[in-house]
Amino acid sequence: MTNHDAPPGTRVVTSSLALLPFTLLCITVLCVLVAHAAHMPVWYTAALAAILVARWWQRRGQQRRVAAWLRIVMLIAVPATVIAVYGTPLGREPGAAIVCGLLVLKVLESESMRDARMAVGFACFILMSALLFDQSLGFTIAVGLMLLPALATLRALQPGLPESGWLSAFRTGTVLLATSLPAALLGFLLIPRLATPLWGAPDRGVARTGIADRMAPGDLHSLLTDNAVAMRVGFDGPPLPESQRYFRGMVLWQFDGRAWQPGPAARRPWRPIPAGVRGPVTHYEVTLLPSHQHWMFALDLPIDSPEDAILGPDHTLWSTKPIDQTLRYRVASATDYRLAPEGLDPRIRGAALELPDGFDPRARALAERWRAAAGVNDMAIVRDALDLFHNGGFVYDLDAPPLGRDSVDDFLFDTKTGFCEHYASAFTFLMRAAGIPARVVIGYQGGYWNDFAKYLLIRQSDAHAWSEVWLAGRGWVRVDPTAAVSRVILASTGGAADDVGGGGGNWWMPWRNRMDVVNRWWGQTVVGFDALSQSHLFRPFGIEHATAQMLGVALAVTVFVALGLGALLATLRPRTKPRDALAAAHTRLQRKLARIGIVRGHAEGPRDFYLRTTEALPESAAALGELATEYLCLRYAFPKPPPERTREFVRRVRHFRPVRVVK
Amino acid sequence: MEGVAHRAPFATAVRILNRIPGLARGRTPEALPVRLDRRRIYIVPTRAGFGFGLLLVAMLFGALNYQNNAALLLTCMLGAALAGSMLLTWRELHDLTLRSLHAGHGFCGARLPLQLAFAGVRRSRPGLTIAVDDLEQPCPLQPGAERAHVTMPTEWRGWVEVPRMRISSTLPFGLFRAWSWITPAQRVLVYPRILAERQPSTRNDDPSERIAGGDEFADLREYRPGDPIRHVAWKASARHEHLLVREFDRAAPGQPLRFDWHALSGVDRETRISRLTGWACDAYAAAHPWILILEDHHSLGPASDTAHYHRCLTALAELP
Repeated sequence: MTNHDAPPGTRVVTSSLALLPFTLLCITVLCVLVAHAAHMPVWYTAALAAILVARWWQRRGQQRRVAAWLRIVMLIAVPATVIAVYGTPLGREPGAAIVCGLLVLKVLESESMRDARMAVGFACFILMSALLFDQSLGFTIAVGLMLLPALATLRALQPGLPESGWLSAFRTGTVLLATSLPAALLGFLLIPRLATPLWGAPDRGVARTGIADRMAPGDLHSLLTDNAVAMRVGFDGPPLPESQRYFRGMVLWQFDGRAWQPGPAARRPWRPIPAGVRGPVTHYEVTLLPSHQHWMFALDLPIDSPEDAILGPDHTLWSTKPIDQTLRYRVASATDYRLAPEGLDPRIRGAALELPDGFDPRARALAERWRAAAGVNDMAIVRDALDLFHNGGFVYDLDAPPLGRDSVDDFLFDTKTGFCEHYASAFTFLMRAAGIPARVVIGYQGGYWNDFAKYLLIRQSDAHAWSEVWLAGRGWVRVDPTAAVSRVILASTGGAADDVGGGGGNWWMPWRNRMDVVNRWWGQTVVGFDALSQSHLFRPFGIEHATAQMLGVALAVTVFVALGLGALLATLRPRTKPRDALAAAHTRLQRKLARIGIVRGHAEGPRDFYLRTTEALPESAAALGELATEYLCLRYAFPKPPPERTREFVRRVRHFRPVRVVK
Repeated sequence: MEGVAHRAPFATAVRILNRIPGLARGRTPEALPVRLDRRRIYIVPTRAGFGFGLLLVAMLFGALNYQNNAALLLTCMLGAALAGSMLLTWRELHDLTLRSLHAGHGFCGARLPLQLAFAGVRRSRPGLTIAVDDLEQPCPLQPGAERAHVTMPTEWRGWVEVPRMRISSTLPFGLFRAWSWITPAQRVLVYPRILAERQPSTRNDDPSERIAGGDEFADLREYRPGDPIRHVAWKASARHEHLLVREFDRAAPGQPLRFDWHALSGVDRETRISRLTGWACDAYAAAHPWILILEDHHSLGPASDTAHYHRCLTALAELP
């Protein structure tokens, strides 16, 4: 008797992990380590990789386990090491180091397919967390490619793979990732973004408060190297030209020899003097990220105040509540205006001319020389100061040397190196010393126009300080002394700065520039795609602000349609077409007959069928009889039907019209 | 009128049920060939699939919370790829046609081999498993190798219905399980159970046909129910605790063995059938010709070939 208990084809389904999936799992985990290597100590990464390789080596031949005590030792060693290195297990870097260690530990204890599947899931999550450290295009692509070994592991855990099925293991995942790209992009566009985080502070520990209400030399430095988003501005009309994108935050009146502060003048409960609007008024919407301060930013110069905000005496906007959540407000600003051209209130004039005694004698002397030369022409003095910055050997550099007690003198005559706050401070000082009312304004300038989502993106690094001087007959006029500086040294830390000058001529420069464009595009359209740009997604369809619900519905519809399309594609099968022309013509003839109600039965041969048909259709009997005879002859009389007669048959079938007898 | 009014809601329910093929189908046997189309393929995430779903949700919230679009894009890609794998899983079953089912020979109590012939295997389907009862049996198919071999459990002899079969796949990632039920309207023959104990060579009881003197026997053994009373060795039994029966020497090589239904007495029907089955199997294994005499005195044989063997077993299996 043959043994019927194990017929051919039956295989015992084992749950233990075979070599191929295990090797792929090790590769996946190695990829995770590589992705996190940039922010882990080199020796730590190397140690984890060595443990992983040793484990693979140990399990490669036969399925040997790792001793439990060894795993327990590692379970204690990983957090202990991380705490020893970082001092805390909390935070981004220590957290990543710990989970990487735990993932390797998981591989040490992986013996079953279930273990391997869990490890793959864990690895995917840790891969994603690597992007929290670096969202650049290259790194994102690299991490995306690292999903391939993870998917290959999942595939290899399933049956039906040849023993050395490396390629086939990778193929499924590659095809799926490639084909799912459109669906992934749609999901990316439509998944509603959170306006505020659900938990925790996503910052890296450093408190970010944006612009402070005090400006001393060097204060803005940390801001200017910070790429975090400060606010976004969407214009109702076309975007303003770059030269007019000055967003006023605060006006600083009081100088104590070192720092500029708003001073009492900014807090007087005076009503602002209405500005004389001369040009078109710009309407726009600002989305301000939480700053935990009161001041709001508006284009130079706001002519009204949004709800829950006050227009201050110096035309600054103040929120009645601290801005702890993303704030959205609409403002109208005039870019061409006359503000108090007739004259200044004496108290304001006093505040705008006030200087501390006993500071910066050289700067005062310079201003008095200018005044003596220019007479009553204030404009000439302004020009003198800007000329000085332009031609006096001044350098724009974020790495400004420290200044002494007479900070303005030191800057103007010694270091001649600084950035916006140095220039604004020195310029305002010179103006006041020359008897021209002047004040410092801090805010944001410039920004990046996101052409995809049609908004202006303003980062903390766009923080700026400039001056406003009062000229008789003109009123308050904005002067940006920093713009007069001709020599710019790029800060190595400044991410947003463009490459000006530099040693061109390298053969790879064009490529680098191209890459820069791609990176910038990535940064703006993908990394910078947020709740606001998302809410503008449906603008082409006439929906100004898409709500989360609308996005959700769109997402659901898209998923549904995509799945339907996918199912359709998956089930498409090649239409079973009869190969030879004779059979095709025969099928066609039968279809024609079926249309008038004569259907060939399942068990009916062609001869019987045509016999029955000729009887049923006496009108076409002659033609049909000929066709039937011809078909039977062609089909059964030759080993291969002669092509000419077949063609003739096809032609006759095409012209055949069955005539239904109307009874 | 009244009857119609009363029956109407019920009829509607039936019509609705008939509209839902998945509910109405599955238990009712259907004639082969059966094509697995979209209306009879079910798909549900496996436990690992649910786990990955949770993982994706966690990744999604992590990416959204940290407002990290690169991470969100990665999550979307992984999610879309895993969701796409659902279609591949489904495709593993779709458009498969169970063309025919051919049963092998099997005895009651053992598993009966079935050969399933499929059609429409246009692409390789390496991950198919077929479960007839709770046993998952891998049956990879590919163009050119379109037959699957599975086994079904047997409880009764005779003609039995092929039980409902579940054909399923978890390819490519094991995150989804697609399955479909097939209940072929086909009956298969199960041979009777073989009685495990060694059978007495109850053969030609006619003393005249015995060789070398009627009372010569090779052995004595304990009595078992069903042994003919005539074979009891009374003298020997008197000296023993149990009854002993004579084990006769084997019959002459040319003489066919006689397996007579009526020679077995004192045991129930099924035991008789099982015992006759066992004897026939042994005789066939020893290539010794035998005669099977059934309940209705119809006799088969003598012969020792395979056809005879199957004829005998079929006859025994079909006994009422």
